[in-house]
Amino acid sequence: MAIKRIDGRKANEMRPITAKVGVIPRADGSAMFKIGNTQAIAAVYGPRDLHPKFLQNPDKGILRCNYSMMPFSGHGDRVRPGGNRRSKEISMLISKALLPVLNLEDFPNAVVDVFIDLPETDAGTRCAGICAASMALADAGLLMKDLVSAMSMGFLDNEILVDINSNEDCDLGATDIPLAYIPSMDKISLLQLDGGVSKENLMKILEIGKQKCLEIDKIQRKALREKFKE
Amino acid sequence: MTDEAFVKDKDIVVPGDKIASGMGFLPGKGTYRSDSDIFAERVGLVHIDGNVIKLVPLSGAYMPKVNDRVIGKIIDVLMSGWRIDFGSPYSAVLSMKEATSEFIPKGADLTRYFAIDDFIVCKIINVTSQRLVDVSMMGPGLRKLKGGRFVNVNTNKVPRIIGKEGSMVSMIKQATGCNIIIGQNGMVWIDGEPENEVIAVEAIKLVEAEAHKSGLTDRVSKFLEEKTGKKVEAVQNFKKR
Repeated sequence: MAIKRIDGRKANEMRPITAKVGVIPRADGSAMFKIGNTQAIAAVYGPRDLHPKFLQNPDKGILRCNYSMMPFSGHGDRVRPGGNRRSKEISMLISKALLPVLNLEDFPNAVVDVFIDLPETDAGTRCAGICAASMALADAGLLMKDLVSAMSMGFLDNEILVDINSNEDCDLGATDIPLAYIPSMDKISLLQLDGGVSKENLMKILEIGKQKCLEIDKIQRKALREKFKE
Repeated sequence: MTDEAFVKDKDIVVPGDKIASGMGFLPGKGTYRSDSDIFAERVGLVHIDGNVIKLVPLSGAYMPKVNDRVIGKIIDVLMSGWRIDFGSPYSAVLSMKEATSEFIPKGADLTRYFAIDDFIVCKIINVTSQRLVDVSMMGPGLRKLKGGRFVNVNTNKVPRIIGKEGSMVSMIKQATGCNIIIGQNGMVWIDGEPENEVIAVEAIKLVEAEAHKSGLTDRVSKFLEEKTGKKVEAVQNFKKR
């Protein structure tokens, strides 16, 4: 049974994706990732000196992510600028999703700052943020084992949906399952689940999610190569 | 198992790209081995040297290396020396002993020698595992910089700006009549007539932007001829001073 989605997509169809690297000239690395009406811009600064000093790690550098939705980005109310509980949590899990690929051993006591801003949001922001951040980190010339790609999967009316938008997520109450995937290690570095889904369906969702992440991975690689070819 | 390379020499790779498979290849700088495959660990140009696969980085911060000549800025005056920022994640220390051959009396005001915001050309003499960097001013051409202007370039493009045996920079020097000092950290100091300084800056930016293309020397000499209205000849057999 084919479900009819509100924007006319098929159940396993992603929204159109654009990716661009090097969008912020003064940053050490930057990237834009747009999927449908969700857009993330990531800027990487560093490695650089870390203050306050007690945060420094003499073994290796640390990664600091900062996720922030712009005031005018949402569908409804104005988002209050600055951090809130939600953005703090998402910042943390974005760093945890990216850390498995990063090699910061060459940068003891230093920090790599990643600022992820979302000018437009239509669900799947943390996934767009991870995709943008991993391209920006590569652009900054950091040592990383692989790129990370992410996809927000959904489950609604016994149907597996790919890349759910805000309508399906918030209004229709679909189960929201964002996942981040590292292709070369075949590992999932982020997996959340908000709602209910059976074990069998979750395993199916993971398989489809990995496939979709591989598609995104190709787009990320192409965008990175394009910047350096010029 | 057969050895196979999936990319050609000078191809651009991004992290996670599979470069080659087989134990016949050895992973060099910027690559890593996982099982029998070799992957890229950063954005770079592939350089296959026999059976060693290396990556020439295209971006990234300057990492201090012993014996590099860098241009830095004094950012702090310490108890017995100066702290230098040279556009890297780490700052360096210039100790009194390495700063000058003059005798510095006990309790002297160190800003008399180097004050905050002064720019210096110095040489990196030591880098520790924790990236504590020592620099020295003892050596030919190492001095405080007065006047002129600075331009920052990508540290990975510095070899192109210097050119083979300094050919590119000597050409720009000759055409503009400017004195140019290039630090390995990507900081360039240019001193000359203001109009000529501008031309030199533009020429250096041109080299930086097109560093990966071939036939660059010709394009730069053409650019310099247009701007200065003088004939520019490529400098041959330039000997290092």
